[in-house]
Amino acid sequence: MAEVRLVELAHARSGDKGDIANVGLMVYDEEDYPIILKMVTSDRVKKHFKGLVKGPVERFELDNLHAVNFLLHGALDGGGTVSLMTDAQGKVFSTALLRMKIEVPDEVAERVRGRGRYPGGGAGDSR
Amino acid sequence: MTRTTSRRAVPAASNAPRSRRGSPPGPVRVASGQGFWGDDLEAPVRQVNGGHIDYLMLDYLAEVTMSIMQKQRARDPRAGYARDFVPLMERIFPACVERGIRVVTNAGGVNPAECATAVAEAGRRAGAGGRARIGVVTGDDLMDRLDELLASGHSLGHMETGRPLAGIRDRVRSANVYLGARPIVAALAGGATVVVTGRSTDTALTYGPMAWEFGWPRDAWDLLASGVVAGHINECGAQASGGNCSAEWWSIPDLAGVGFPIVEASPDGSFVVTKHRGSGGAVNLRTVKEQILYEMGDPSSYITPDVVADFTTIRLEDEGRDRVGVHGVRGGPPTPFLKVSVAYSAGYKAVGTLVYTWPDAVAKARAAARILRERLDRLGLTFERVLVELVGWDATHGHLAGDPPADLPEVQLRVGVRGTERAPVERFTREVAPLVLTGPPSVTGFAGGRPRVQEIVAYWPALIDRRAVEPGVAVDMVEV
Repeated sequence: MAEVRLVELAHARSGDKGDIANVGLMVYDEEDYPIILKMVTSDRVKKHFKGLVKGPVERFELDNLHAVNFLLHGALDGGGTVSLMTDAQGKVFSTALLRMKIEVPDEVAERVRGRGRYPGGGAGDSR
Repeated sequence: MTRTTSRRAVPAASNAPRSRRGSPPGPVRVASGQGFWGDDLEAPVRQVNGGHIDYLMLDYLAEVTMSIMQKQRARDPRAGYARDFVPLMERIFPACVERGIRVVTNAGGVNPAECATAVAEAGRRAGAGGRARIGVVTGDDLMDRLDELLASGHSLGHMETGRPLAGIRDRVRSANVYLGARPIVAALAGGATVVVTGRSTDTALTYGPMAWEFGWPRDAWDLLASGVVAGHINECGAQASGGNCSAEWWSIPDLAGVGFPIVEASPDGSFVVTKHRGSGGAVNLRTVKEQILYEMGDPSSYITPDVVADFTTIRLEDEGRDRVGVHGVRGGPPTPFLKVSVAYSAGYKAVGTLVYTWPDAVAKARAAARILRERLDRLGLTFERVLVELVGWDATHGHLAGDPPADLPEVQLRVGVRGTERAPVERFTREVAPLVLTGPPSVTGFAGGRPRVQEIVAYWPALIDRRAVEPGVAVDMVEV
């Protein structure tokens, strides 16, 4: 087994509904969908966002799109116009989730290594 | 002006197909031209001129937009709508009239009638006089009916917290119910070439035209649900065609000339998402999936006034370059309720920023924040919330960003405060700049002056029995 970041397996988009941020997570390769289902549970996501998400985390599966949708309750300091946060509309919780590290079989790690990051390099490595 | 008003309620329940087309109808192209008020001004023009379309949908409204418009109308009874829409129509009216392109928009805001008047004048200036008809949808604005509704037992409690609206009644600035496709269909049936609504659902601006063109019965749940998916894909403009796409963003070509999405709809509900040939951006499985997941709640229950769509039934198919097919969408009957968007005054806030540089940028910014907070304390100012962020390090990803690099060249200190009273927030705005001469060194970036105090107009989602609203929904016709 090897460790990869979600950014290498999946892409994501997030948005808001009141004080809830949603993150839609979609795999690049359909074959990796079961890995996401198994490894990226709502408990795991709740732990990942500890301190950033005050309420519960819900997960909904869209097998048809090989995607999962997370609802992060109490993530936006009241949300919308009330929130003082830079990301008051939850636009970049997506990339915050893509930081997550998960264990995958070696051959998967080899296949996906380095994907999801700008190939021109740029500043710094991933933390 | 020549205004022929044929005010009437939306036709009552009828399952009779009312299509403008003979059978068998071909695909109908509904183009997205605006994803919010402030979106790319040229996009609708590119949609009209870039190739064949039948409809142009323009979404101008976000939850807070209505309260801004309400404020504008209070100052000027002729204001309160998306003003950008008028000069836009003046530009595209000749082409729309020439090629039979119909425009469907919620640009009417809290004053659809005045919006239509202005658009009609623009149409005449553009030479479209006598060749266009504007359908104006009203009945979504509950502001003047609020007390009557509360008195008759509609509590309009907060959808999340359950608190009754009565507690904030005196601070309500706007109250609008989300209307669906039926009034849009009625306007098109009445010969409207431009449909101007107030608070319509964003999705109805796309599936209203589909329902009308194909004569979908109002209980054709699967067809309507498919239309809702089309609407959801169209409603954020280029977010479905390569904009803000996290999947290998660097590989998406020519975002400078990004083509906004076009839904090519068929009578059986299936449709293809595409864009004009030669335009920038991309329509592929990744860009479409990302938009489908955007602002998604429970995907199996996407509630609209006309249908509850099940997004877990969507089947996507790669149909070649910049073409994604959408099939198989299922839906069910709508709920007895409509959603109401209430905006109310909820205090004041201000955000101040300063930039600190190497060496020890983070340590300096943190020290400055401590000093600022101590001064606020000594002044006896209290706030409901004080938020300190360091932009350039942890403002958006928090602790997930890890420890700051030792040599971080610069960081922006961003301090926000929020409270119910204006005075403490006002005083806070005067405490930021002094840090430049009285705090840690190597600080800059204050040229913008004092932070601005903003009134917070908060959003209060509620439900209302649709029977209390629907009889008041009307469609007026304004001749250009």
